[in-house]
Amino acid sequence: MLKFVKNYMETISGIEIYPIISLLIFFTFFVILFWWVFTAKKEYINKVSQLPLDNNNQNDILL
Amino acid sequence: MEMQQFHYDNKIVTKFIYATIVFGVVGMIVGLILAFMFLFPNMTDGISWLSFGRLRPLHTNAVIFAFVGNAMFAGIYYSLQRLLKARMASDLLSNINFWGWQLIIVAAAISLPLGYSTSKEYAELEWPIDIAIALIWVVFGINMIWTILKRRQRHLYVAIWFYIATFVTVAVLHIFNSLELPVSALKSYSVYAGVQDALVQWWYGHNAVAFFLTTPFLGLMYYFVPKAANRPVYSYRLSIVHFWSLIFIYIWAGPHHLLYTALPEWAQNLGVAFSIMLLMPSWGGMINGLLTLRGAWDKVRTDPVLKFLVVAITGYGMATFEGPTLSLKNVNAIAHFTDWIIAHVHVGALAWNGFMAFGIIYYLVPRLFKTKLFSIGLANLHFWLGTLGIIMYALPMYVAGFTQASMWKQFNPDGTLVYGNFLETVSEIIPMYWMRAIGGTLYLTGMLILVYNIIATIKSGSAVTDELAEAPALERVSKHRLAGEGWHSWLERKPVKLTIFATIAILIGGIVQIVPTILVKSNIPTIASVKPYTPLELEGRDLYIREGCVGCHSQMIRPFRSEVERYGEYSKAGEYVYDHPFLWGSKRTGPDLHRIGGKYSDNWHLNHMYDPRSTSSGSIMPNYKWLVTSELDKSQTEAKMKTMVSLGVPYSEEEIANAQQHMLDQGTQIENNLYNDPDFVASYEADKNNAAQNGTPFVEMKNREIVAMIAYLQRLGTDIKVKDIQE
Repeated sequence: MLKFVKNYMETISGIEIYPIISLLIFFTFFVILFWWVFTAKKEYINKVSQLPLDNNNQNDILL
Repeated sequence: MEMQQFHYDNKIVTKFIYATIVFGVVGMIVGLILAFMFLFPNMTDGISWLSFGRLRPLHTNAVIFAFVGNAMFAGIYYSLQRLLKARMASDLLSNINFWGWQLIIVAAAISLPLGYSTSKEYAELEWPIDIAIALIWVVFGINMIWTILKRRQRHLYVAIWFYIATFVTVAVLHIFNSLELPVSALKSYSVYAGVQDALVQWWYGHNAVAFFLTTPFLGLMYYFVPKAANRPVYSYRLSIVHFWSLIFIYIWAGPHHLLYTALPEWAQNLGVAFSIMLLMPSWGGMINGLLTLRGAWDKVRTDPVLKFLVVAITGYGMATFEGPTLSLKNVNAIAHFTDWIIAHVHVGALAWNGFMAFGIIYYLVPRLFKTKLFSIGLANLHFWLGTLGIIMYALPMYVAGFTQASMWKQFNPDGTLVYGNFLETVSEIIPMYWMRAIGGTLYLTGMLILVYNIIATIKSGSAVTDELAEAPALERVSKHRLAGEGWHSWLERKPVKLTIFATIAILIGGIVQIVPTILVKSNIPTIASVKPYTPLELEGRDLYIREGCVGCHSQMIRPFRSEVERYGEYSKAGEYVYDHPFLWGSKRTGPDLHRIGGKYSDNWHLNHMYDPRSTSSGSIMPNYKWLVTSELDKSQTEAKMKTMVSLGVPYSEEEIANAQQHMLDQGTQIENNLYNDPDFVASYEADKNNAAQNGTPFVEMKNREIVAMIAYLQRLGTDIKVKDIQE
């Protein structure tokens, strides 16, 4: 598999850096994402997840 | 805190619901007609605008953009206002969005049957309509973001993130995929050619599924499932992970539509890797949706809305498990080009999008008209007919796909194909096509029951056009993070920044895939013997595009022993460098045509187009009689060639100047070839004499459309011969 990738990629100058950059972007993206999610405060999460249910829509009471 | 009173705009939601229902019925009826055309190929005999090739894009566009699109707008316009505690920022923009979208649909419904098509799947509409779509889409985006800025609810609920990502990504996809150079008011050529066009098209096609059929409906799921179950989403944290990982990973997976094609291998492998990863966010979302019903499963027994939503989410789970599976190269080798894919997309469309839309309609209409649903029993009947319809549709198509693929690949001990005649593999699965048509009929019947139930509900209620609500105005807070405020809660109250981050997340994948292929010439090895099409072949190719031949015939021979044996040398990337647009196709209802050139005589093609069953007994291809009788429009040829020159096709000035003469010469040559068949001579001369006697105008064969079509078909795949390939 790598043989084919290299065949096409070798012609791009500075190609060696591509896989490293890709991995870094990926790794960073998910590290930040999970850090963000795990550090979220519980009361905030509860409050926001209630948003769809929280409104004084009379029609909702009707049914 | 001072409470502000305001009204939610229900009128716009109602309008979009009406449009959803009307176009849902239309899209499904067209689909059913197509299903019956597999069984009765001559159903619309001789009516060009009701032929299979032209109706197929009408069906896909009607279902995706008219039915699902209007349902999406209805759901977004309802939930967005309530989640933000604000009326839509501008009634004018809402109405421009609505009427503009319906006009686009009508324009599509007229132009596609008339044959105005770019042939790129799910992007068939010609350039003026493309521009209209872009404008209306921006109107929708402005209205949404403006409303977000005027909101009375500080935090943006996760559903709104999905809506924002939908807006941004569809805009990017639509614009880049629709880049085309106009020839005339209703004809254009894709700026990309061959492999690049295929890559951009499937980057679009895949992500149109992702960001038009999936992300907005996930947003709707995160709103309507908690509403209908009356409990918050199972895990809000999971929904954050779901959102970001889904939009980040989805955009890379497009090349899995092009496995084993002439697309560079590295791009194929990239697509496969990301498709497998995609399983995780997809199932994370599905589980989050289903577990929202924890402790409320008893309600599913009685509430039709929840029934529809549960089956919709289950359908989403099945389709998103199947997607990564299909992207594995060994599975794809079997499934690609077969009815398996038709089953896959219909599980998505009928179960996920269709049932979500029905659930939302049954939820909203009683609330918008301050009444109760007219009949729960009828809604339940709709549910069961629909569910049965999906099963009756999907299962036979899986069997058909698997059966046909196995037959394509079966060899005799002496190395010849067991089913050398493609038609044998079609006849085998006709019973499956019957079952599919019955499944579709059931699903449509359910839809008609919905129509009746909803009309009766609306009649029993009175419309609440502007619904009163009150909420405190937002206090101004610092632009910066407050003490103790998490980074994410800060981001969520900054909609513009959230939009920018979402845009970056979706652009990374697109850039990594598209830019190298477009910039690096060596990605597409050029072949010296590949020459541009002659003027007549170019006109023939445009007829091929007009008739939607690509809907049933691929032009992409994969490097498998079974395909090389059946069709000839496998396709090379360099053979497509002048193909604006590419015509690889995605489904083989008929055989591949890439090496059709020179395989049959010109007479065979003429007879086959006039009546496919005269040359191929049992064929399910429709007649194309109008090609045989109509005069070829040669008025645009020079303009077409000039447009091609601007796109990099090396036509010389001289070739363009001599185009008319060249077409006449090549047409005459084909006409002479046709004279080899005594039957042709007899009927053609009879027609000619008839016209002369009656004084009616007579178009000579060399100037008819069929001649251009034959020229194109006889050219296909002849640039390289197997013996020429030395590499």
